[in-house]
Amino acid sequence: MIEFRLPSLGSDMDKGTLLEWRVQPGDTVKKGDVVAVIDTTKAAIDVECWHDGTVEALLIEPGDEVPVGTVVAVLREAGETAEQVRARIDALRSAPAVPTPQAAPVAAAEPGRAAVSPAARRRAAELGIDPNGLAGTGAGGAITLADVEAAAARAHAPGRAEVMRQTIAAAMSRSKREIPHYYLAEDVPLAAATAFLAEHNAARSVTERLLLAPLLLQAVARALQRYPDFNGFFRDGAFIRGMGIHVGVAITLRSGGLVAPALRHVPTKDLDTLNRELLDLVQRARAGSLKASELSDATITVTSLGEQGVRSVFPIIYPPQVAIVGYGRVLERPWVIDGVVRPVPLVTASLAADHRTSDGHRGGLFLAAVRELLQRPRELAQAIP
Amino acid sequence: MSRDELRKALLGCLSRIAPEADVAALRPGERLRDQVDLDSVDWMNFLVGVHAAVGIDVPDADAARLTTLDQLIDYCAVRLPSRPSG
Repeated sequence: MIEFRLPSLGSDMDKGTLLEWRVQPGDTVKKGDVVAVIDTTKAAIDVECWHDGTVEALLIEPGDEVPVGTVVAVLREAGETAEQVRARIDALRSAPAVPTPQAAPVAAAEPGRAAVSPAARRRAAELGIDPNGLAGTGAGGAITLADVEAAAARAHAPGRAEVMRQTIAAAMSRSKREIPHYYLAEDVPLAAATAFLAEHNAARSVTERLLLAPLLLQAVARALQRYPDFNGFFRDGAFIRGMGIHVGVAITLRSGGLVAPALRHVPTKDLDTLNRELLDLVQRARAGSLKASELSDATITVTSLGEQGVRSVFPIIYPPQVAIVGYGRVLERPWVIDGVVRPVPLVTASLAADHRTSDGHRGGLFLAAVRELLQRPRELAQAIP
Repeated sequence: MSRDELRKALLGCLSRIAPEADVAALRPGERLRDQVDLDSVDWMNFLVGVHAAVGIDVPDADAARLTTLDQLIDYCAVRLPSRPSG
C-alpha cells in the first residue's frame, strides 16, 4: 500500500490547497504521473506521484487546504487487494486531515444572543469586528475564534501577489536572521563564450539557437563538481551534501514575486538540452504550470538580474540552501590583455554563501572556477556522463 | 496572410509567453521587450512561437534589430510566401 502524501513544495511553502484531482479511484498511476493540481502561495503546482500503483481512495476534496506531509490518497501496489488496504483507509478517513484547534470555553449566552468564546471576543476586538453579528459554528451556535478569523479573512482576502510577498518575506527574513552570509564577486570575461554562441547560432534555426544563460548555469554546476561544499543544505546544525546538482533558476513573475524551480542533474546535460529545458521551465513558471518536484529539488540557486540592467547582484540565500550565485549585466568594458587595454564583454559573477558551511577562501576558489570554466565554452557545451 | 492576420498571430504568440500582458494595449512603435518586460528567454520563446505560427525563422543577426511590433510585422510580411493583401 502506498500512502501518497502532499510533497514538499519548497522550504517556504508548508501547505497547499487541492484545486483538482487528475486521477480517480481505479486509475492506474505510473511513476512521475501528475496526480493532482495544488494551489500554493506562489502558484498552482502539478504534483507528481513517484510510485506505480492503482488509486484506491482520494482522501481530500478540491478546496481542502492541508499541510505538507498529509496523506491525501492511498494507492494499491501490484498484487494487493482492496480488502488489504481498507482498514488503513478507514483509519485515515476518520482522522481529521487538518488538526482542529482546541475548543475554548464558551461564555454563557445573553438572552437572545449567541454565545461568544473569550478568545473569539478578544480577537474580534483586535480586528474591530462585532462578534455578535456573526454566524456561530460552535456548540449551540456559539461564535468561535475560527468564526472571527473567517470573518476577518472574508473582509480582507489577500490576492496571490500579496500572499506571495508574505511568503518571500518569511523565507528571506529567515535567511537573513539565521544565515551568516558572506559575499564575493568576480569579473568574468565572456569573449570566448559570446564568440562560441555567435558562431553556433549564426546558421541555425531559432529552434536550435543557444542563449548565454544555460552556459552561465552550466559553469556554476561544473564548478560545484569541484567544490561540492556549496551544493546542498544546512539542516539541524550540519551541512548535508545535495544528491545531484540541481540548479534553481530564479524567475521573476510579471504579476509580482518570483519562483526558483530547478533544472536537475545539470552537469550531465549538453548545452542543447539545458537550453531547451530552461526555455520550457521559464515559460511554464510564468504560465503557472510548474511541478512540485521542480520547486523542492534545488541544491543551489542562480539569479540573473543583469537583464534588468544592473551590473552586479548581492543575492540572499534561499534556505536551507547554502549558496546562491548572481550574474549581472553583460557589458563591454575595458580589460587589459597582454598589456593592452581592449573592449571585452564582461559579466560580474557574485557569490553569497553560508559562513557556517564554508569560508571566503573556498568561495573565492569556487568563483575562480566559474570564471575559468567560462573561458572554455566548448567543454561546457558537452554532456558529462 | 494579411497584415492584420499577421499582427493577430504575433500577438497570439506573445500572449502564450506573457499570459498576463494586455496585448491589445501595446504601442506598436515602441520597444516590445520594455512594454511586456520580456527577458532573453521570453524573447527566444517568442521567436520560436513565431516560427511555429507563421513559418518565419528570424536569424540571430536580424533578431537584435527587431524591437517593435511594427518592425516585426514588416519583417514577417515581406517574407511570407504570398505578399500580404492589407
